[in-house]
Amino acid sequence: MIDSKRSMFRLAGWSVLAAAAALAGCSKKEDTTSTAAAPASAPAASAAASAPAAKEPLKVAFAYIGSVGDGGWNFAHDNARKAMEKELGGKVVTSFVEKVAEGPDAERVFRDMVGQGNKLVFGTTFGHGDYMLKVAADSKDVKFEHATGYKTADNLRVYDSRTYEGAYMAGVLAGGMTKSNTLGVVGSVPIPEVIRNINSFTLGAQSVNPKIKTKVVWVNSWGDPPKETDAAQSLINAGADVLFQNTDTSAVLQTAEKAGKYAVGWDSDMSAYGPKAHLGSSVINWTPYYVKAVNDVLNNTWSTGKTWWGVKEGAIDMVSISDKVPAELKAKIDTVKSGLKDGSFVIWKGPIATNDGKEKLKKDEVANDEFLGGINFYVKGVEGKVPGGDKK
Amino acid sequence: MEATALLIAATLNAGTVLAFAALGLLINERAGIVNLGAEGIMLVAAVAGFATAVHTGSDWVAFAAGMGAGALLAAAFGWLVIWLNTNQYASGLALSLFGAGFSAFVGIRYTQEKLSERVHFQIPGLADIPFIGPAFFRQHPLVYVAIALAAALTWFLYRSRAGFVLRAVGESPESAHALGYPVRRIRLLAVMAGGALCGLAGAYISVVYTPLWVEGMVAGKGWIALALTTFATWRPARVLLGAYLFGGVTMLQFHLQGEGVDVPSQLLTALPYLATIVVLVLISRNAAWIRANMPASLGKPFVPGT
Repeated sequence: MIDSKRSMFRLAGWSVLAAAAALAGCSKKEDTTSTAAAPASAPAASAAASAPAAKEPLKVAFAYIGSVGDGGWNFAHDNARKAMEKELGGKVVTSFVEKVAEGPDAERVFRDMVGQGNKLVFGTTFGHGDYMLKVAADSKDVKFEHATGYKTADNLRVYDSRTYEGAYMAGVLAGGMTKSNTLGVVGSVPIPEVIRNINSFTLGAQSVNPKIKTKVVWVNSWGDPPKETDAAQSLINAGADVLFQNTDTSAVLQTAEKAGKYAVGWDSDMSAYGPKAHLGSSVINWTPYYVKAVNDVLNNTWSTGKTWWGVKEGAIDMVSISDKVPAELKAKIDTVKSGLKDGSFVIWKGPIATNDGKEKLKKDEVANDEFLGGINFYVKGVEGKVPGGDKK
Repeated sequence: MEATALLIAATLNAGTVLAFAALGLLINERAGIVNLGAEGIMLVAAVAGFATAVHTGSDWVAFAAGMGAGALLAAAFGWLVIWLNTNQYASGLALSLFGAGFSAFVGIRYTQEKLSERVHFQIPGLADIPFIGPAFFRQHPLVYVAIALAAALTWFLYRSRAGFVLRAVGESPESAHALGYPVRRIRLLAVMAGGALCGLAGAYISVVYTPLWVEGMVAGKGWIALALTTFATWRPARVLLGAYLFGGVTMLQFHLQGEGVDVPSQLLTALPYLATIVVLVLISRNAAWIRANMPASLGKPFVPGT
């Protein structure tokens, strides 16, 4: 009896230990890059100083959906955070939290960021939006910036990059390099942003090679390397010889490398991961926007709204174009780039029809941002149907 | 025709990861220990294997490192549950969470690394047979090792003396103890063997399957392997079948998507899970059969002398 009681205690003890280990295992890594700069004697100081201290650096926090080491989306955001901090010198102190899932836990993270005294908070994935909106309603003195979102508030504004411009350039490369005239796209989650990228990729490819067709495979995840590998492999099996992706890791590129096919990098420069397969990388540079956002707060010029920057503002670029790409194709990329910069070239200009023959844009009709934000159809040249899209 | 061959090839490759992990867990469970830490072990082994491959340039040393890391973690788990009699489920979950966090921490500096060029394997002669060659004989050697392992394990469990002892320990540790077998040591060995195989599965993911390291890249395969072991009623051949079934339906659904089949992709993504469970439940639907195969002392601690 006593013995069994003792073993029960021992069991309880170990369970507590196990639970503690579990908590330690799943707690997120939080990193404040310059804690030393923050005043340590906070309670005394805040009691004495109700007047704002003029010289105190602005505290800015970032929430990422994945880890900064993904070599893609989150990596690009974190590089921009670092570049922004460098450019603004001592005027700003940044911190970030990785792996903030698109769920209720995000609200806790954003409240925590506010509680730590951050005056500008960035949420960098679509699913952070609703939680930011909630926290923003309770923290009127803090400004919120939501990437890829659409809902705004007085102290919450949204920003995005015209990733579809990069997708179009990726399409130009793919269309010019394909031999089988079959291109493959590993799609992440079927939302308008991603569908727009698949369409723009196809339009880009058609601009140099009208015969191409695009096959799409969805993994319903932003970053799941084995699944991305499976999807990429199945596209290659189906005859695709140039792959494009809207997922966060370099798995697709590596699968193409292994199979002796081509692929285009996404979000960050991925050339190192597949030197033979890599045709170029469509990259996002968030730095100009992050510098602007922080300056807006510092200069008290921040106001809510929507920002959508692309090649023109230096937010999107096609980099590390491979030597295998012929000169005329490279020249074509340069033409697209300069056209996008000076506004002489528009990607989404009619005639554009869906892949089941319905006209969406009449000849010479230019799509506005509202149209672009609601795309849920495939253009001609893409095979299949959008999951949950237009059924008619 | 060619597409079918490639689909079969991809299926064998995809099933191999699950086969190794699930066969490992089968050894654990036949000895009466449930290790819910499989996912964590696979993650740590994946980063250990990848790091070793980066530094040594040898895939085989990387597999050994993955197996070593897996066995080591499993030994720690084994010590907790076998000698300290902690709750197997709680300890396993803790190991899983620990593995996820620890692998992410260790792996930070490897996220930007890449491996040297991958070698294409093929069996000379056989690989050139039309259809059969591309379907079966252009695989990584470990794909064949997994099949051999399932066969060897069947023989071991049902034909060898050591296998009988292992099963006895899982069925009735008291009886095995009374006969003079070192129950705890046998259980520890089984747990370590299981950990090593989970480790091999983890290293296969990061070195062969998707040659890169990304935090959390095992993406639930450890949990699927655990479920496979149960649904396959602890029989090696069925575990292998389940693994290929899961891999096959995964590849098939991507293939169907690529062909533009009008089924919501979300449903197709769920298909491998559904199909595997349904098929294995159907072939194992006999309750008496499940009882006969399920190790009677599964999950129960054994304290000698009580």
